[in-house]
Amino acid sequence: MPIRIWDIPREEYFHSGHRLCPGCGAGIIMRHLSKALGGRGIIAHATGCVEVSTSYYPESSWRVPWIHVAFENAAAVASGIDAAVNALRRKGLLPKEKEIRVVAVAGDGGTFDIGFQALSGMLERGHDVLYVVYDNEAYMNTGIQRSGSTPFGAWTTTTPSGKSWAYGEWRPKYRKDLLFVAMAHNIPYYATINPAYITDLYEKIIKALSIKGPKLIHAYSPCPPGWRINDDDTIRVSKLAVLTGVWINLEYENGIVKVTTPVPKRKPVEEYLKIQGRFRHLTKEAVEIAQRLVDEYVERINKLVGKEVIGPVEK
Amino acid sequence: MKSSRKVEPLSGNYAVAYAVKSIDVDVISAYPITPQTTIVEKLAEFVANGELDAEYLHVESEHSAMSAAIGAAASGARVFTATSSQGLALMYETLFIASGMRLPIVMALVARALSAPINIWNDHSDLMASQDTGWVQLVSTNNQEAYDLTIMAYKLSEHSEVSLPTMVALDGYIQSHTIEPVQLEDEELVRKFVPKRKKEYVLDPEKPISMGNLGDPDWYYEFKVQQVEAMERAKRVFREINSEFKSLFNRSYEPFEVVYGDDADTILVVMGAHTGTFIKATKTARSEGIKVGIGILRMLRPFPDEVVKHLSQYDYVGVADKSIYFGSPSSSFLTSDITTALHLEGSNTRVATYIYGIGGRVLRLEDALFIIKNLWRISKRLEEYSKKPVFVGVRY
Amino acid sequence: MSKGGVRDLVPGAIITNPPTSLRNKTGSWRVMRPVIDQNNCIRCRICWVYCPDGAILEIDQPYEVKGRKYNISYIVNYDYCKGCGICAAECPVKAIKMVPEVERI
Repeated sequence: MPIRIWDIPREEYFHSGHRLCPGCGAGIIMRHLSKALGGRGIIAHATGCVEVSTSYYPESSWRVPWIHVAFENAAAVASGIDAAVNALRRKGLLPKEKEIRVVAVAGDGGTFDIGFQALSGMLERGHDVLYVVYDNEAYMNTGIQRSGSTPFGAWTTTTPSGKSWAYGEWRPKYRKDLLFVAMAHNIPYYATINPAYITDLYEKIIKALSIKGPKLIHAYSPCPPGWRINDDDTIRVSKLAVLTGVWINLEYENGIVKVTTPVPKRKPVEEYLKIQGRFRHLTKEAVEIAQRLVDEYVERINKLVGKEVIGPVEK
Repeated sequence: MKSSRKVEPLSGNYAVAYAVKSIDVDVISAYPITPQTTIVEKLAEFVANGELDAEYLHVESEHSAMSAAIGAAASGARVFTATSSQGLALMYETLFIASGMRLPIVMALVARALSAPINIWNDHSDLMASQDTGWVQLVSTNNQEAYDLTIMAYKLSEHSEVSLPTMVALDGYIQSHTIEPVQLEDEELVRKFVPKRKKEYVLDPEKPISMGNLGDPDWYYEFKVQQVEAMERAKRVFREINSEFKSLFNRSYEPFEVVYGDDADTILVVMGAHTGTFIKATKTARSEGIKVGIGILRMLRPFPDEVVKHLSQYDYVGVADKSIYFGSPSSSFLTSDITTALHLEGSNTRVATYIYGIGGRVLRLEDALFIIKNLWRISKRLEEYSKKPVFVGVRY
Repeated sequence: MSKGGVRDLVPGAIITNPPTSLRNKTGSWRVMRPVIDQNNCIRCRICWVYCPDGAILEIDQPYEVKGRKYNISYIVNYDYCKGCGICAAECPVKAIKMVPEVERI
């Protein structure tokens, strides 16, 4: 069901006063995720930027039942909550009509790397849990260290560029692709969302919340201090990510991949890289490698979809 | 209605499984590891054939097992998990989190030696390695106790004055896989003994709360002292629960109890399944005029006050410890606790340390007799007291 | 505000009455502040959507300007606005200007 911007509910469930950086992409995502959940959600949240900034005792921004346990176990904690809700409902200790949506939230750190095992276990066991990963492409909370989701060439404190590490890493690398992780686990729904495409974001979260079973939503989450962009560049860089093919808004449902934001003519990746300070050190050669990596990714997705939904680079 | 009370020949693991069934657990979240496996297998059997209505989580590691247990307990469900050795070590960070979050989780710990070298047999290294996690630790000496203490553990953990997770230990193989007669109580009566109560704060969309928050230096301290006080209250609450248990089921468990101690010249403190061996050895030694009482420690954490009351009467006492506390003054966890407790009360009692059974090294009756006789000779000044631990049964 | 102690704090550091972050007035972080020109604002909702802090409020305040009638208006909640500038950057009609919080001497 297509969502218009005016369908977004006014009521806030993720409140002001949190300590996220000005311009934080994750803040936008959490605010709208919480709105989409309404008063139905229980959130199991992994350690990370959002967790520490929004649950600094005695200040909590979440008008949602919320639990943080550790860094790598958001998916496992959510599994436990899902099991408890099922057991309590069956034993008549929880009313069956009460709508409850169990959600796990984690950053790329707590998902791609240390949280990978728990995620895989949760997906494989088939829990009725929506897992939302806000991907700011590094371990931002501990001070911008590289993660399994850090893109090629990005400066981080553990991938600085230098004589031996010209690209910030010694080889062109691919990010872990959660679409294929989702496929490997045969889950009913996976989607990528981007804060600059807010109605698309809502449609996907609402659809996910209506599906029974394990769902995975991968959110693009710009980080001004980590990416070395201005505080107000968050939405601009989010748009450029989609327009250059670096980020593809897609949906994987019932085994079929669909791109929800087609891009008939792509901008060259250089336009995306040049507004971010974390790519400032890249040589011409490195930019060419980056373009090639994006081209490969776009081609792979086009093949999966079965037609050219993301077009060629516009010269 | 027909009572389900009966005596069954059960292994320690099965006894624990029956206890968990009788208290109507809601969520089971455990990962198999030798020698705990038959607990989770038996529970799966109960769930599969409809005897137990619980959600069974086939988690992918022990860390996730405890994490899921935390999530489930926070949602108001009664949970159970079990592990040993490496599994306990893997879930280590979550143990502190469970106690810090004051969740009433009960875990069976089938004691097994910690690697390296990898060893699946019984010693108390895993139990001792988790002494500082803020969990209540109960140690059974036979399969009946494993069953009874598991039931009592739920009542203790869920008590509003305690609200701490509890681990019930049983010795790997020696208890877990050895069959003994166990009195299974009527399940209706057990459920009356451990009724389910609605927790004050649970994850509920109608009443949002935040759990697991960040406590900075201005806040963290108070919550930890709250845990200290809860641990202290657990001593009294356990005694109350024990009285009630006794009146219902006619069995009673002291946190620390001395047998054959009335006219003894000294006491040997023991823990776990080898209590039986030591009792048999001390009975045998009596025929030679050697009188050594056996002090059975059933509650490791919180450390019971009764220990010092009994031990301080003697100039010399002994400790038989089935684990090694590397680098500590006595190489023994138990000796450390006991000497500290004695000293804090102003007692001059000296503690002799006997370490045995490491990595499952068999404790033969002769070894137990050696310990008892050696301790007795020290108490009679026939042998010089040494502060160094004696590693009984090792080959040099 | 007096902090609780061992005797009265809810054990486990549970926050029982969220959202308590509202007591943290992050508006003090600001270096630049957004100013919405109500006459140019076309009430497209975009600034309200994109604010990471929920510091732009959508209120049922009618407004009429140049023959255009609106049922709602958007105002900045300066208690919480951190001055990131996303609202000003994304406003399609440039109705929001970022001005310095404090005038330089």
